[in-house]
Amino acid sequence: MTTSTTPASAGTRAGAEVRLESLRRSYGAVPALDGLDLVLHPGELVALLGPSGCGKTTALRLVAGLEDADSGRVVVGGRDVTRLPASRRDMGMVFQAYSLFPHMTSLENVAFGLRLRGQAARERHRRAGEVLELVGLSAQADRYPHQMSGGQQQRVALARALAIQPTVLLLDEPLSALDAKVRAQLRDEIRRVQLEVGITTLFVTHDQEEALAVADRVGVMNSGRLEQVGSPTDVYHRPATPFVAEFVGLSNKLPATVADGSAEVLGVRLPLVDPRAEPGAALAVVRPESVGLTPAEGDGPLVGTVVATSFLGAVSRVRVDLGPVGTVLAQLPTAEAGRFAPGARARIGLRPEPVVVVRPHE
Amino acid sequence: MTSSRATGSRLSWIGAVPFLGYVALFLLLPTSLVVVQSFADAQNRPTLANVRFLAEPYVVSAFGNSIALSAVSAVIGAVLGAVLAWVVATGHPDGTLRRIATAVCGVLAQFGGVTLAFAFIATVGTQGLLTLLLQDLGLDLAGPWLYRLPGLVLVYSYFQIPLMVLVFLPALDGVRPQWREAVETLGGSTWQYLRHVAVPLLTPAFLGALLLLFANAFAAYATAAALISQGGVIVPLQIRTALTSEVLLGRENVGKALALGMVLVVAVAMYLYARVQARGARWLR
Repeated sequence: MTTSTTPASAGTRAGAEVRLESLRRSYGAVPALDGLDLVLHPGELVALLGPSGCGKTTALRLVAGLEDADSGRVVVGGRDVTRLPASRRDMGMVFQAYSLFPHMTSLENVAFGLRLRGQAARERHRRAGEVLELVGLSAQADRYPHQMSGGQQQRVALARALAIQPTVLLLDEPLSALDAKVRAQLRDEIRRVQLEVGITTLFVTHDQEEALAVADRVGVMNSGRLEQVGSPTDVYHRPATPFVAEFVGLSNKLPATVADGSAEVLGVRLPLVDPRAEPGAALAVVRPESVGLTPAEGDGPLVGTVVATSFLGAVSRVRVDLGPVGTVLAQLPTAEAGRFAPGARARIGLRPEPVVVVRPHE
Repeated sequence: MTSSRATGSRLSWIGAVPFLGYVALFLLLPTSLVVVQSFADAQNRPTLANVRFLAEPYVVSAFGNSIALSAVSAVIGAVLGAVLAWVVATGHPDGTLRRIATAVCGVLAQFGGVTLAFAFIATVGTQGLLTLLLQDLGLDLAGPWLYRLPGLVLVYSYFQIPLMVLVFLPALDGVRPQWREAVETLGGSTWQYLRHVAVPLLTPAFLGALLLLFANAFAAYATAAALISQGGVIVPLQIRTALTSEVLLGRENVGKALALGMVLVVAVAMYLYARVQARGARWLR
């Protein structure tokens, strides 16, 4: 990964606050966005995370002005831009698919927004060169999109969006078309540039790892509504709703009994994320990394048979069949997981971390 | 492994053998015969006499007419066809309009020859339905214009326009909506999008289609032959005269020299077509 010193003039204007107020949008009878309220603080990167069709891209397109809201407001830096066309909203956008103009070089692509603003050729090329340097692509200035890799193209797209010094940066799944390694690299690159430039950024993605890795705050969306907005740690460890608990990260659903502000799961008392949960039978959502394994012999309520292991590099996942309870997924350091080959007997242990409980029918 | 891959690569040519055989038999062989016999007399002795005919004023005039007819009908077909293709492309990709338009264009692009000539004679010929109808209204369409170059331009446009729709539609489909949205978010207007992005991107495809339409019209024979029974106003009709004239005998090889001239013109058009297509395909793939 190329890292470069930020040229002072490559930055945008200071980040602005962005307020989405009760945004609604329907396609025919199907509501895509059902009253979205969200505030992006100046210079903050907020990721909208959710499954396909949850409304996250619709939200971004309403902010960009590429679609009109049925109701609600988009306010940027105190100015209501809801009725402004996209061309007058002063927002930079990076699209999901490669959207570079194929008949222009990298430099021409980056300079294009400045050309539209009537800036002189020398000045716009100087500035485009600075922004290309910011994304580490100075050496590719004369290349056409078809001569560059997907990752390079998206970096040029980022540079093009930043070159006009927008007040807000919008990223519409910019990494989804890239392979895993490039995706991780570019993800970090986007975050580095965003922090250096200090621009308020809305990042839409369906990839939870991506959202948790780059965002100051993550908004988890489901069926056109925000289920939770919080720091990546909060969203992961203290999910506000069963949907968030299940959507973000892997989880086991284990039978539990809620009483006195805690849940008894497989004979272990665990604290609750929401102590106000109703007493009674429930399912506890337990992260695989909260499950420990020790080698065991014989039988017992917490002893089962390893049915599968998955190697993921530094960690591995081990699935254990507990009989009537079902299977439990544990995540262990790979060095430990080597002791649990399929067919081996293992004892389950639960770490005393707060859990979310859902009613069995949810 | 490497050996079996190499064998597979060699065997992959087998599937192309029928096509290559077809091309050899119906393109390369006739073209070779045309080239060789253009430089031979009736006794197959070498001569330049046939190609000297290409400089005769009436032959030059026929080439000029053919090129003018092809160019005008190609421009008309390309412009109107591009507009029609744009209308189709802006509709739903699986919509009824697109399905009907592509099906109709597929038929009309191949609807040439005697049938097409008759359709026009029956409609706007001297005793055509529309001609008589307009005569009743005081408008006189009658006259020999249908059987001259203006008539050929009209009739050729009939199959050039749908051909353009079929050829240009994939290029329009290749224009990504994100490009327009990118221009919008960068502060550009629709006019700026057209000027700086859409038109430059589509120009190679448009020029390529224009050249294809030119070649299509330049090589057309049956429609013109059905409309114009006498004389050689365009090159294909000159070739007909050379091959079938009962007045001037033994001019078959002159016909082949005329065909050689046509081959050269079409070859230039196709070379240019390949060049612009390569550029456009790279951008719009």
